[in-house]
Amino acid sequence: MLDVTIYGNYETAWCPGCGNFRILPAVKKALAESNLAPHQVTFISGIGQAAKAPHYLNANLFNGLHGRSLPVATGARLANHTQPVIVESGDGCNYGEGGNHFLAAIRRNVDLTLLVHNNQVYGLTKGQASPTSDEGFVTKAQPHGVAAAPFNPIAIAVALQANFVARAFAGLEDHLVAMIKQALAHPGFALVDILQPCVSFNKVNTFGWYKNRCYLLPDSYDPTDWAGAMVKAHEWGDKIPLGVIYKNNRLPFEAHFSCLQEVPLARQPVDKVKFQEFLGHFK
Amino acid sequence: MGRHDLNLLIGGEAGQGLVTIAMILTKALVRSGYFIVVTQSYQSRIRGGHNTFAIRISPAEIIASRAQVDLLVALNEETVRLHRPEMSDAALILVDERFAANHDQVLKVPFQEFATDRSVNVAYLGILTQLLGLDAGLVFQALEDYFGAKKPEVTAANEAVFNKAVQWAEEKHLPETVRLAPATDRRERLMLNGNEAIALGAIAAGVKFCAFYPMTPSTSIPLTLQAAADTMGLVVEQAEDEIAAINMAIGASYAGAPAMVATSGGGFALMVEGVSLAGMTETPVFIVVAQRPGPATGLPTRTEQGDLEFVLHAGHGEFPRAIFAPGTVEECFHLSRQALFLAEKYQTPIFLLTDQFLADSYRAVTPFDIYSLNSVAVGSDPAAVPRPYQRYALTATGISPRLLPGLSEHLVVCDSDEHTADGHITEDLSVRRQMVEKRLRKEGGLRQEVIPPAYVGHVSPDLLLVTWGSNRGAVLEAAATLKNRGQKVAVLCFSQVWPLVPEQFLDHLQGAREVVMVEGNALGQMARLIRRETGFEMKKHIRRYDGLPITPEYILQTLSS
Repeated sequence: MLDVTIYGNYETAWCPGCGNFRILPAVKKALAESNLAPHQVTFISGIGQAAKAPHYLNANLFNGLHGRSLPVATGARLANHTQPVIVESGDGCNYGEGGNHFLAAIRRNVDLTLLVHNNQVYGLTKGQASPTSDEGFVTKAQPHGVAAAPFNPIAIAVALQANFVARAFAGLEDHLVAMIKQALAHPGFALVDILQPCVSFNKVNTFGWYKNRCYLLPDSYDPTDWAGAMVKAHEWGDKIPLGVIYKNNRLPFEAHFSCLQEVPLARQPVDKVKFQEFLGHFK
Repeated sequence: MGRHDLNLLIGGEAGQGLVTIAMILTKALVRSGYFIVVTQSYQSRIRGGHNTFAIRISPAEIIASRAQVDLLVALNEETVRLHRPEMSDAALILVDERFAANHDQVLKVPFQEFATDRSVNVAYLGILTQLLGLDAGLVFQALEDYFGAKKPEVTAANEAVFNKAVQWAEEKHLPETVRLAPATDRRERLMLNGNEAIALGAIAAGVKFCAFYPMTPSTSIPLTLQAAADTMGLVVEQAEDEIAAINMAIGASYAGAPAMVATSGGGFALMVEGVSLAGMTETPVFIVVAQRPGPATGLPTRTEQGDLEFVLHAGHGEFPRAIFAPGTVEECFHLSRQALFLAEKYQTPIFLLTDQFLADSYRAVTPFDIYSLNSVAVGSDPAAVPRPYQRYALTATGISPRLLPGLSEHLVVCDSDEHTADGHITEDLSVRRQMVEKRLRKEGGLRQEVIPPAYVGHVSPDLLLVTWGSNRGAVLEAAATLKNRGQKVAVLCFSQVWPLVPEQFLDHLQGAREVVMVEGNALGQMARLIRRETGFEMKKHIRRYDGLPITPEYILQTLSS
């Protein structure tokens, strides 16, 4: 296990009391306990308050566009399949702007770990509804309350039989660390949806609101039972389950490419003899 | 004797096997030592409609397509009706005897006698072998190679049909008006279209990653890469949309794999935000835009040069770029390779603008000496950078050492937000100013590497024809015709359209008595760009925006009217 101080300690741009302050140390702890030194991990993030998180620790980082972190991560992972890649961004980024990429990433099953800070509201743009806002949630942009049904990321991921689907809560740090570590260790696409209060713009889903509803799945729960997971994925409201909701063992995307077995793509030279042979097809 | 310049057009419905006949014949012609220029015109449908595949053939090198048809292979009656106005005086029409085509020079063939509907393609090839005076064994071998390894009984059946057709043609003493002059330069050549050459040039440069969403006329670029993927160790991924495609390419490039995307106007519209991301994060990416007529869905399978201004200005904010516009299939290869080198060196998006005409135009190409071509060296030496490593270190050239994440102990931090030298988000406005200037300094280097436009012809011409991209051959041939008529004429052809360096060409514009701009759009986009950059206004224009390529005849007719 590495010393957690190697990931550094930086000043942030978050509001005092933000749920992000609980997630950042959990991520560092999970990295340390997974023996991933800063240069041995690559973060890809989007835009939003959550997407700033990887700026506040020592690691490789590509902080791209709103909604587009999953395709960037897909390219980065395929260019170097030996490097663990973590995508960290918010609910708006992953489930709203990047919704199509979320579906495609699950289907593709590239070995990525997706950490979604899900606070059910847009923080950076000051308080509009997010795809995960509950129906009736009132904002300046939705003055009569949100009329659309909420996006259920867990249910979508289970429906598409993602390789690893977990839910955690920013207020339960040890459990969150365990979920991130399991997600990192699990081959293929892994989602950890992290419930997180927004102290500035979400006065409904507060720290207390989550704390009173969240419960840990019992040891008897079987995450490999898809039908049971589908039922569990729809549990929301008075009781919210935390833990590994579903696990699958589909071969990761990378395994289908013979050129992604040893040396990273980024380190492979052009084989001129084979190229000459290929050019023969055009004679 | 025989013909030194023959334009053969095969026309019919989609699904009739027109492309099969044409591709096999083209392969056989190239293997026989002929030079060719192919023009494909097709409708956006899988079956039916009217499609054509024109092959201009010569024993000597040719560079342009031609509108006038010498031999029309009509797979249906409609083809005869539609193309009669394009026929030359001594033109011959080859049709199935079941179609009543009334024309002086009609060759009616009883295809039913020696072929079934399924094997009629083979019979057409047999007749064409005799008409053109090709070697029957060589044509049949091209047919075998095209269909790939088949069962012996299939080969035997094809051979029987082919031989029957050849024999029929021999006995009938066919007209010799379309017989080709013998090919004299039998050196081995490749049969390549523009898109295949773009893909091969990228492989030569060391491209390892391509993401795409299918869009005509760009799709054959990723498909050519995909055909090479297992052999060459490439990852070619069909993305969920063009937004994903360019972001995947940027991610792959960040992690060290030379990366590209290929699309057409509408798909490129979706990529535009990613172009800006590559500019800001200083990530190398090679972007091919194969133009077709817009706006919106436009004419999906036709040609145009309407996206020059779009590509030039695509992406919010200010950052350097370069745009190539190849004029030949050879240039598609070399400029694609050059684009990947520039992308890596200047860490910015580099474009190649082609169009449907060049994308689908097969030519006989001298094989590339790939052993003499080096590939892109990705990233900088981790041992040579000062610690702590700064991804966006301020330098005199604007180019910062680029390390690759995970391949050394240095941390590589890139940001789409304005960032400090170490790659982290900042709102320090003095840093902002330094970073804008750093990024834009790279244009100085790009300008020094601009390929000057080709100038061909009289040193002080009465007429200077200016053009860019795929019109090169048509303009050069039109100029040659005018020269033969005694005119003092020259051509200025741009194969790189950005950056423009006026010192490279302004003298030519000012030295000509009359300057005419030839381009495939309605607004004269290149003429406007030249005026913007030099102040020189071209007053005469030849423009085409009906979806068809500019031909020598089109230029000469427009000039004389």
